[in-house]
Amino acid sequence: MLDVYKIREDFPILGKKVNNTDLIYFDNAATSQTPNQVIDVISDYYKQYNSNIHRGLHSLSADATNKYENSRTLIKNHFGASHEHEIIFTSGTTHGINIISSGLEKLISSKDELIVSEMEHHSNIVPWQMLCEKTGSKLKVIPINDDGTLNMDEYKSLLTPAVKFVFINHVSNTLGIVNPVKEIIDLAHKNNSKVLIDGAQGAAHFKINLKELDVDYYVASAHKLCGPTGVGFLYGKSELLNSLPPYQGGGEMISTVTFNKTEYADLPHKFEAGTPNIAGVIGFGAAIEYMNSIGFDNIEVYEKELLDYATENLKKIENIIIYGDVDDKISVISFNVGNHHPSDIGSILDQYGVAVRTGQHCTQPIMDHFNIPGTVRASFSFYNTKSEIDLFIDALKKASKMLG
Amino acid sequence: MQSIQQIQDQIIEEFDFFQDWSEKYQYLIDLGKNLPEFNDSNRVDSNLIKGCQSKVWLNSSFDNNIVIFEADSDAIISKGIISLLIRVFSGHTPDEIIAANIDFIEKIGLNSHLSQTRANGLLSMIKQIKIYALAYQAKN
Repeated sequence: MLDVYKIREDFPILGKKVNNTDLIYFDNAATSQTPNQVIDVISDYYKQYNSNIHRGLHSLSADATNKYENSRTLIKNHFGASHEHEIIFTSGTTHGINIISSGLEKLISSKDELIVSEMEHHSNIVPWQMLCEKTGSKLKVIPINDDGTLNMDEYKSLLTPAVKFVFINHVSNTLGIVNPVKEIIDLAHKNNSKVLIDGAQGAAHFKINLKELDVDYYVASAHKLCGPTGVGFLYGKSELLNSLPPYQGGGEMISTVTFNKTEYADLPHKFEAGTPNIAGVIGFGAAIEYMNSIGFDNIEVYEKELLDYATENLKKIENIIIYGDVDDKISVISFNVGNHHPSDIGSILDQYGVAVRTGQHCTQPIMDHFNIPGTVRASFSFYNTKSEIDLFIDALKKASKMLG
Repeated sequence: MQSIQQIQDQIIEEFDFFQDWSEKYQYLIDLGKNLPEFNDSNRVDSNLIKGCQSKVWLNSSFDNNIVIFEADSDAIISKGIISLLIRVFSGHTPDEIIAANIDFIEKIGLNSHLSQTRANGLLSMIKQIKIYALAYQAKN
């Protein structure tokens, strides 16, 4: 069991007041908050050993390099990758997806097909549309059922021999639904298709084992799991990453440079051109350590408790519609109250100090499916409490009454 | 006919009566509900204002050197804000609209209660109103 009130002491921002009232932060699916354990590590980097990595011979550089590479090991171990060099540091999930989409330009032809789903974040749609425009390949879409889950029968029938790649999120950022990624990957592999999983929402809520999943590519961001913004990772199986051309040219990603021929560096450096976000990567490692010190099993149990408590109490509100109310989901609730516009609800909740997200959540196809302008999305983290949920529901009732 | 400045001053005076944000919001919601019905034929994409999280349609007409605005939104608080903008701008000449210095939003304390997204939307609305006025001025 985790002691939520003790955990909250780690997060200075949770004591903040907004609009003269205590902050209730329920926008964790967009960005999670940062504990002192991560803030201190980042600040320590700039105070104690700020320097460039890998090429410096001096002590500071050695220190920075060790800590940077230690983060790679921490992430490799936590996510169960086979080798450190399969973990490429990126600026976030979107960057990871773009490394792959740009790398596939020469490897995909007009005869090939790609699959995405109707519930993807725009960042797991647009890069593939751009790839299709460049290569003449075709993008096929797995529809969602009315309960928000993926239509797996449709997926199976879309998996034709021409399909080279499947791009699916682990967890829907809008609905919180956890997709059956193992089944998706196994079906794709039987069809000789490769799979990229967008793990932006999955990584923060439960433990993932990349080797067991047998996934080809996996991308995630640090800021969803108590780490800093502007950093994330791309995992890829060695042989696949080796088959891709570099994403950007520059320093760090080469082994020799002459005007006749330049040799690219080996993995992972081939994809890490230029000076990386060193403090961010080290902070990312600290965030993984912090979350493991709390324990992902504890986090999962506690967040499920928050989800069930909030869902049960939200359902008591008149005219509430919850989208994606299924069993297998993380602590994200997308809803509307009657015909009230989500932005009206969100604006009033903000006055009560409750931070939620409103709108389309970068998933316009889901909004089109349900024929709505958007939703209010409340997303809980392991540092939130039931009493915060009580205050949120109380504020929501007041908002609904004000809007009439 | 009151000037644009006089109308703004009147709105500022009205908002002075409110004790807290919830009364201001309630007033905006009521204004939104009482906004005159928007002509369905004007609810077209070319009348949509970009930069708002909710949909906002703005239509204008010009007669006898006077600009008339009508607007609508799918969100009620936006509609309330629009209602104030129409009250300030509608029924004035293009010259008056272009010259107007809009200070009531800040003075009624709406700025501090608007999220950045909403504040941007509001700026887009005022910009669009002034663009209409400029177009009518050029026509004259």
